[in-house]
Amino acid sequence: MPLDNAPDSKRKFNVVGTRPLRPDGIDKVTGRAKFGADASAPGQLVGRILRSPHAHAVIRKIDTSKAEKLAGVKAVITRDDFPDHTDGDAALYDTMYNIMAREKALYEGHAVAAVAATTASIARQALKLIKVDYEILPHVTDVDEAMKPNAPLLHKKMFTDGVDPKPKKPSNVARRFEFGHGDVEEGFKKADIIVERSFKTEATHQGYIEPHAALASMSPDGSADLWCCTQGHYMVRDVCARILGIDISRLRVTQSEIGGGFGGKTTVFIEPVALALSRKANRPVKVVMTRDEVFKATGPTSSTSMDIKIGVTKDGLITAADGTFRYQGGPFAGCSPAEFGAMSAFAQFHLDNVRAIGYDVVCNRPKTISYRAPGAPMANFAVESVIEELAHKLGMAPIDFRIKNAAREGTKSSYGPVYGPIGLGPTLEAAKNHPHFKAPLGPNQGRGMAAGFWFNFGGQSCVSLNIPTDGTITVSVGSPDIGGSRASMCMMVAEELGIGYEHVRAIIADTSSLGHNDVTDGSRTTFATGMACILAARDAIKKLCQRAAATWGIPEDAVTWEKGFAKPAGANAGNFAPLSLKEIAAASPGTGGPIAGHHEFSADGAGVSFATHICDVEIDPETGASKIVRYTVIQDAGKAVHPSYVEGQFQGGAVQGIGWALNEEYIYGKDGRLQNAGFLDYRIPVCSDLPMIDTQILEIPNPGHPYGVRGVGETSIVPPLAAIANAVAAATGVRFTQLPLSPPRVLKGIEDAKAKGKKAA
Amino acid sequence: MARVVIWGSLKPHTGGRSEVEIEARNVQELLARLGETYPGLQAQIKRGVSVSIDGLIYREGWLQPLAPDSEVFLLPRMQGG
Amino acid sequence: MSGITVNTKINGDPVEFICDADETLLDVLRNRLGLTGAKEGCSTGDCGACSVTIDGRLTCSCLVLGAEAEGHNIGTIEGMANGEELHPLQKKFIEHAALQCGICTPGFLIAAKSLLDKNPDPTESEIRFGLAGNLCRCTGYDKIVRAVQDVAKGMRNNKAKRA
Ligand code: FES
Ligand code: FES
Repeated sequence: MPLDNAPDSKRKFNVVGTRPLRPDGIDKVTGRAKFGADASAPGQLVGRILRSPHAHAVIRKIDTSKAEKLAGVKAVITRDDFPDHTDGDAALYDTMYNIMAREKALYEGHAVAAVAATTASIARQALKLIKVDYEILPHVTDVDEAMKPNAPLLHKKMFTDGVDPKPKKPSNVARRFEFGHGDVEEGFKKADIIVERSFKTEATHQGYIEPHAALASMSPDGSADLWCCTQGHYMVRDVCARILGIDISRLRVTQSEIGGGFGGKTTVFIEPVALALSRKANRPVKVVMTRDEVFKATGPTSSTSMDIKIGVTKDGLITAADGTFRYQGGPFAGCSPAEFGAMSAFAQFHLDNVRAIGYDVVCNRPKTISYRAPGAPMANFAVESVIEELAHKLGMAPIDFRIKNAAREGTKSSYGPVYGPIGLGPTLEAAKNHPHFKAPLGPNQGRGMAAGFWFNFGGQSCVSLNIPTDGTITVSVGSPDIGGSRASMCMMVAEELGIGYEHVRAIIADTSSLGHNDVTDGSRTTFATGMACILAARDAIKKLCQRAAATWGIPEDAVTWEKGFAKPAGANAGNFAPLSLKEIAAASPGTGGPIAGHHEFSADGAGVSFATHICDVEIDPETGASKIVRYTVIQDAGKAVHPSYVEGQFQGGAVQGIGWALNEEYIYGKDGRLQNAGFLDYRIPVCSDLPMIDTQILEIPNPGHPYGVRGVGETSIVPPLAAIANAVAAATGVRFTQLPLSPPRVLKGIEDAKAKGKKAA
Repeated sequence: MARVVIWGSLKPHTGGRSEVEIEARNVQELLARLGETYPGLQAQIKRGVSVSIDGLIYREGWLQPLAPDSEVFLLPRMQGG
Repeated sequence: MSGITVNTKINGDPVEFICDADETLLDVLRNRLGLTGAKEGCSTGDCGACSVTIDGRLTCSCLVLGAEAEGHNIGTIEGMANGEELHPLQKKFIEHAALQCGICTPGFLIAAKSLLDKNPDPTESEIRFGLAGNLCRCTGYDKIVRAVQDVAKGMRNNKAKRA
């Protein structure tokens, strides 16, 4: 529920906005912190997964008899060990199909069997003894190819949803979406200049450094414990229990420290497999993915193909914007973020006429899963590239063109709702006034910029706060801490209670200790779980005041809480010396027992967020290599609880975007196999590729949060693709419409342009 | 009556209209009535929708009350990374 | 498989272990000795999460066999702090928020220490190239580089004071 707790803009914060040390810091710098693969259990077995070498094949038969006979093998499982308990839930069925192939293997790396053995080498041997009889089918991995009428079909029963009339022939297009308002055709009639371009981007992987890991222990009676690295252990619990057909309450999931997720750990992969192996072997089983498996069978995000058309008047007003966004989402319907791409593409503009059409397309590639602001970066790349080109055609500074057409409070967004107070205008103005914007450029350098948007959302959180007798605080939250959120939770609790940060400790509770908490995604944790912490603290304060009131023998409402003390509310309430948190806690055994605060809710009112990025790139004209020489992120955080970690989110997102723009891509061979499933060939940015990433945090309070917090985690990956493409265009004079901007592509672009120039001359 | 705006590709299910009026006290009632009146929308409602009520997005929040003149946008269920 | 007996020193302490011929040092540390501070991010030498030192030299422990450790001194993250006293790099990493998820942190600390041992006064670019063998997906490296710069500055000041 939204809270009637609009931020008090004059509020002075004592703890929020400072930069205390994180509570898990020492564990993480000493190697003590336990991540997914760091746990073990007595008698544990090693679980390994056999994967399809084919991009598309019917699985006729799986013969596991030889593997089962190998000494040391304790369990072998296949599709037969996952009877369908999904009860018509199509998304759950697809999740189950993805963790263990059924009739067909739908992509290279699709799991087809798994073993649990006493050692890793026996498990490896056992995999070799499993005989799978495949009937190889034609495959398709490119989104445009997959949409062609004669493309190899993944599902015979897939008829495009969202088109009228309903198609008679099946296709690989799962769904069509359309968003927008006004009349784009009319709008284009009013335009003096129209630019129309097509774009392509490649699939990228979230690239978290920690591969998925799970340690499962399940008894034949159906009770189970699971330890794993995930962005949402409650989601893991619910999904695994339903796939395995057990009661949700029988499964307790404990969340390990998580070594990065970025959306990639918001579903299950090996967790149900580890549980099923453990059930069959009746021993604990640990499954850890290799990097190769991570690339081939988890993640990635969509590859895309997009058309953008935007019209403007001579004085630089956009009259119409139209876009088509084709996203492949791997082999299952509804997995690509095409709808969010289409919804977010034009969200930074004030538009009278806008239309965005999205297509969700299936391909023989791994099932895509959210990657930081899912769907938005690629759409933003296409749109902001056209915007830059239009500005040049108009002879207008791109920044002024953007400011002139920027969405503002009251704008009807391109995806429907009307905006409340938003921070786009301020980020654009801040960019214009930033020293980076005016700094001189060197030879072969170009400057680009882009503005981007992300929705953010709230969701369910449950928090429990306990006060031991010394008046310190323990907070249990159910949102995995990916980037320092425990520190922020402690800070907000300390702020409310009026005590020092060092007196609060936050832990991530397992699924049996707290009510449901949604996955840590959508930039929701600091917003929603943070709000639950604030409200749990307020609940505790109420109880602390009750105890003080009872001690003094005055009515409860005659007591207020101030800076860590219960005080009589006014002169009429009586003359009592304030009672400190410590004193009330010490007396608690005799005044009614332990004191605790709770809050559980589904948070809404997360504020949308905007960012503007500026980027300078230098091109080596000999090789086509791009180097980022300066980069600035300006983003509205609503309120930065721990500014260091807000900056960290800005910087991390920007650098993932830099990788996406310049290097990262899934490369498929003609055989439908991934050719670069490793960090050597799938190159994520390293330290020496980058400059410092400057950040500027703006604070335009979100009215939906008591401190004004907005989510910050995702927006920062949205503008880099376009900002870099625009910078490369400025440096080379060539507009690239395909990512990544790898050296060979840029070099070819430069040379083609030269050749053309010569011909023209 | 709340004014409900649906996204473009759902129009075939509402007889081509992008806006419909529904009498409902809260989101849950609204979705139920929408599904009854326009059975074609049921599949999407089941798949998951978020709503925006007078500019604020609610991912769940079925009991969120609606004012008689509320403007409600149906949105695909929000996801994030 | 018949095990191989290996005698080494880890963080200064004598350690004897038995391992298979094909087992990496990383596997031995993590699975046999319970030293899970070194992480496996790739097992192909590309991420640096498994960094250790062998006789002071920075090494990816996923590329070395356990048996090769015979007679050598291995340094891991578990040996970096001196009792209760954190190494300056460990302190500055926390202070500068140079870790988000922290999975890359042990590897970065080992690599950064080895860099500063060789070059106590590195330029930004020397730090960036010195740490280019370690991947971090969360931070964008900015705060990591700043933490290392800060430690180097502290070391210079200390030296100046002593001189
Ligand atoms: S695990 Fe050794 S370098 Fe990645
Ligand atoms: S802090 Fe997460 S990978 Fe470096």
